[in-house]
Amino acid sequence: MSRFTLHALSVGIAAASLSLSAHAATEITWWHSMGGELGERLSAIAEDFNASQDEFTIAPSYRGEYEEAMVNTIAAFRAGEQPHIVQIYEVGTGTMMAAQGAIYPVYELMEEHGNNFDPSDYLSVVTGYYTDTDGNMLSMPFNSSTPILYYNKAVFEAAGLDPETPPTTWQEMGEMSQQILDEDAASCGFTLAYAANWVGLENFSAMHNLPVGTLENGFGGLETEFTFNGDVQARFWDQLKEWSDSGAYMYAGPANGPDAAPAFYSSDCAMYMNSSASRADVLANSDFDVGFGMLPYYDDVDGAPQNSIIGGATLWVLSGHEENEYTGVAEFLQFLSSPEVQAEWHQGTGYLPITTAAYELSQEQGYYDENPGADIAIEQINLNEPTENSKGLRFGNYPQVRMVLDEEFQNVLSGDKSGQEALDDAAERGNQILRDFEAANS
Amino acid sequence: MQTKRSTYQSRWLPFFLLAPQLAITLVFFIWPASQAVKSSFERTDPFGFKTTFIGLENYARILADPSYLNALGRTAIFAVSVTVLSMGTALLLAVCVNRVMRTSRFYTTLLVWPYAVAPVVAGVLWWFLFNPTIGLLPHLLDWFGINWNHRVSGTQAMILITIAAAWKQISYNFLFFLAGLQSVPPSLIEAAAIDGASPFKRFWTIVFPLLSPTTFFLLIININYVMFETFGVIDATTGGGPGQATMTLVYKVYTDGVAGLNIGSSSAQSVLLMGIVIVLTFIQFRFVERRVNY
Repeated sequence: MSRFTLHALSVGIAAASLSLSAHAATEITWWHSMGGELGERLSAIAEDFNASQDEFTIAPSYRGEYEEAMVNTIAAFRAGEQPHIVQIYEVGTGTMMAAQGAIYPVYELMEEHGNNFDPSDYLSVVTGYYTDTDGNMLSMPFNSSTPILYYNKAVFEAAGLDPETPPTTWQEMGEMSQQILDEDAASCGFTLAYAANWVGLENFSAMHNLPVGTLENGFGGLETEFTFNGDVQARFWDQLKEWSDSGAYMYAGPANGPDAAPAFYSSDCAMYMNSSASRADVLANSDFDVGFGMLPYYDDVDGAPQNSIIGGATLWVLSGHEENEYTGVAEFLQFLSSPEVQAEWHQGTGYLPITTAAYELSQEQGYYDENPGADIAIEQINLNEPTENSKGLRFGNYPQVRMVLDEEFQNVLSGDKSGQEALDDAAERGNQILRDFEAANS
Repeated sequence: MQTKRSTYQSRWLPFFLLAPQLAITLVFFIWPASQAVKSSFERTDPFGFKTTFIGLENYARILADPSYLNALGRTAIFAVSVTVLSMGTALLLAVCVNRVMRTSRFYTTLLVWPYAVAPVVAGVLWWFLFNPTIGLLPHLLDWFGINWNHRVSGTQAMILITIAAAWKQISYNFLFFLAGLQSVPPSLIEAAAIDGASPFKRFWTIVFPLLSPTTFFLLIININYVMFETFGVIDATTGGGPGQATMTLVYKVYTDGVAGLNIGSSSAQSVLLMGIVIVLTFIQFRFVERRVNY
């Protein structure tokens, strides 16, 4: 390339970037993992914010599923290309909290750049998950949900079941699934998203008031150890294996169970457990009447049903940007927690409201009366005063532990291990991962 | 005296001409590889704030880890079955096409096509075909009384990735075998035919030995392919599962390093993998090549 063309090129690039910055407001990047319906609603929020003022522009960018987005963010941080705001799922919380040089805690950001920020506006069941031991909010809750039961009323009717009564216990779950199979109303009774982790282990344990790990499920410190290998959990995994063999239950794959939603939409499976935030997708994709219910429990276990725990994600602010850009970030987070924005997001997606004001506004608007089932998630999460077993979990490197759980659960389904053996092995392997995290972060 | 030495007008010209290739090798191979060696001796947190030198601990842990030894075994099974399947099928197809007079170009084009498909895309195609819920093949297998669910059955998952990985490599092997077959002098085969050798005997005693350089070359290429390039196929179909049944060495490097953010262990594994492939290639050259007639 001649010197002239090089020169011309650099002038061109400079001119282009100048003309951009002359018109555009300060850009704030926001990486997220909301695909499909949720992604569109998220973009709408960003557009509303951009239209509400002309100093800052929020630029949302989809970075893949939660696991991928977190890995991408870490890689971007190491390369100095990190976004301002990133959406990280709840199991990544332990890792993010430990990365003190990488994050700009939300409470500090709001103190330094925001105004009118009052942490007590937020629902404590939600924020409790994301506060440090001194009660400071480290990240901004954005989309929190809890798993619920969805069921196909048409299949229930065809099987001779009452379409208004979903199963409440696992015993009923087994009986109803068998009846659905016997009557040939569907080819499987139920399927689960997050079968080996969020739904089939973490929420299962919380609903039965059983610990997942020591030290208050990891909230108490890095020296925690896993205790999810109790006999109730083992009994449940063995039962899932039995049901998987009989066809009452269909395994939908590891992680979030990619086959679960299609099997439910196509009426192959009559029931399906997934995040309350799948509501928008479920309603958009099913051509039958959908019923909603709470997660089942074993009624012969003391303390069940306790309450379910949340999942979903929060927004973390990353360090290493200009001061004035953080003013924009603070303004945006303020905008995001306003009752109107929150209520609309909550009603449109099925995620929990994060402020008391948004919940009350939704009640005033008559949303729960018009949409029966929409408040099941909120009821379920507030079923009882949370105990130290049911307020959430916080483990370092937990994404890795979830992969171990998937593997061990598959070993149960293939008949290689019993539920107890698989959970014991998972606990042992998981503890090793926790020790690695402890060593790398202390 | 005639030498192979070329003459350049400037002493620097040959270096200049080599420079782009050297730069690429340096930036994309030597530098990352040396980084991997470096971080295999370290323990670091995901964000890279704190890095501690821990010597050989990563290696010691890996070699004592049953799941690594399991991956090693899986990789061996996978490598042998993919190589045998893809080379066997490719040779059969090449022999068939070589006998066709008029339309051989047409068949060649069709058979080479799969090679143009990216591994991940190929993986997604197989994922759809074999999907236990919506796939076509499980539906057909059901008629034969076979219950296909590779999400649960480790053997079926291994069969799936073997077929998917071999399918992609058949085209490449086919092309080389066909070229090899076409360079076999017809006079040799005709002479044997006149002596009364059956087609089968002609193949085994004349054609196959003459193909041995091609076969040897493909053997090395295929082993390398299985070791490194099957990542996309595995990621798109089984993701290493169920229960690590299809966790090969290269996929384990990915799950531990990229998904699990355990960079130290992952680096140590990639160094070991590099060592394994170097040793394998060395053995092949040292012992197998002796039996090759050029």
